[in-house]
Amino acid sequence: MLAKRIIPCLDVSEGRVVKGIRFVSLADAGDPVAQAKRYDEEGADELIFLDITASSEKRNIVEDLVRRVADEVFIPFTVGGGLRNVADIRAVLRAGADKISLNTAAVENPSLVNEAAQTFGSQCIVVAIDARRVSTSSAPLWHVYTHGGRRNTARSAVEWAKEVENLGAGEILLTSMDRDGTRDGYDTELTRAVSSAVRIPVIASGGCGQLDHFYEAFTIGGASAALAASLFHYGELSIGDTKGYLKSRGVSVR
Amino acid sequence: MSSVAIIDYGVGNLRSVEKAFATVGVEATISADKDTLRAAKKLVLPGVGAFGACMRELRRHGFADLVIERVKRGTPLIGVCVGMQMLFEESSEFGATAGLGILKGCVRRFSDDLQVPHVGWNQVNPKAPNGLFERIPNGSFFYFVHSYYCEPENDRTIVGETDYGVRFPSIVAEGNVCGVQFHPEKSQSAGLQLLKNFANHARKCWLSE
Repeated sequence: MLAKRIIPCLDVSEGRVVKGIRFVSLADAGDPVAQAKRYDEEGADELIFLDITASSEKRNIVEDLVRRVADEVFIPFTVGGGLRNVADIRAVLRAGADKISLNTAAVENPSLVNEAAQTFGSQCIVVAIDARRVSTSSAPLWHVYTHGGRRNTARSAVEWAKEVENLGAGEILLTSMDRDGTRDGYDTELTRAVSSAVRIPVIASGGCGQLDHFYEAFTIGGASAALAASLFHYGELSIGDTKGYLKSRGVSVR
Repeated sequence: MSSVAIIDYGVGNLRSVEKAFATVGVEATISADKDTLRAAKKLVLPGVGAFGACMRELRRHGFADLVIERVKRGTPLIGVCVGMQMLFEESSEFGATAGLGILKGCVRRFSDDLQVPHVGWNQVNPKAPNGLFERIPNGSFFYFVHSYYCEPENDRTIVGETDYGVRFPSIVAEGNVCGVQFHPEKSQSAGLQLLKNFANHARKCWLSE
């Protein structure tokens, strides 16, 4: 049976982890390769690197990072952050990334999703959606935000998810901006609304603070995978503990 | 001469496959050179994305005939993901597209009732004893990402199956040819062991008979 996936997310800038694990055993805690290997050993199912490098050398820096990770880590990993066109995507995939994720660029230019899927295959195109709840009435509504959550597009997140599925996206990385950083749990209502509207897998993100939040993302939210960052980075939970807990509650994990 | 050559026809991420072999101590080379490919003791046929696009590129490089010729001459070959699918006669992806026809059977899309693509870690259940499984614990998980699956004409071609609402062949083998639907290079220790088994076994020892 297909296992539910647990995915740690690493923020990187200039080739260094900026919000990283505080593992005392790591000689260099800012090294993305060391952290990726650590998560691989702990049993992470995939990794996501969110690159926020701002320098003009961005492409070279990211390519170098991807190459170093791909050489030593034998689980799939996704790279997102600032990919604008097919050439950017090709560079990252060539360097060894398994998937790329598009966010603002997809909203500004939806045909990029289609072009990327046609060129590289849907299996490697993840569309990241940052969603914020705009109505608390009986019919909940979430809007898509871009530019790192600074700009409201006034588009429905559920409708946008359906659109990117039609454009050829292979997965959706769905972040609740309301929950992100709160540790109050994933927005399972949002996750459910999107996962029941599309047939491609949905990765729940934003708000995980304890073990049963993972369980809720899968059972109530209908997510295929759950992402967490700080919870793992600061060593509050290990991937092994998380999987042990999920297994004890009857969720299929690796 | 390298023991294993990975066929480079411009599709996909071959570096991971090369590194995976290196990690288990097998010398593998990525090559688009016909002489190198012909001289290799074993071949890896990778493939990602659309079946039609992979076949087109394989043909454009003149590697379709080369693969068929090497397999006929007994060179062991492993097809990975779409590389496995291309071993069959045809795929229904974007209308019927002809494959290499090395194995009898076709490639179909998962039913619309399922979440497609099938992405993530799933188990492979061996159907017959096979050298490819050596030192791999039963129930091991492998990483899959695909929307189509192979349907061999001959049941005996299927050596491993995976359950995704439908039981589909995740490992096939016949003579000196085998194929895996998952990505061994992305499947941690179980995947690395499988690649090692492919590289280390003598010519036909993954045959079930």
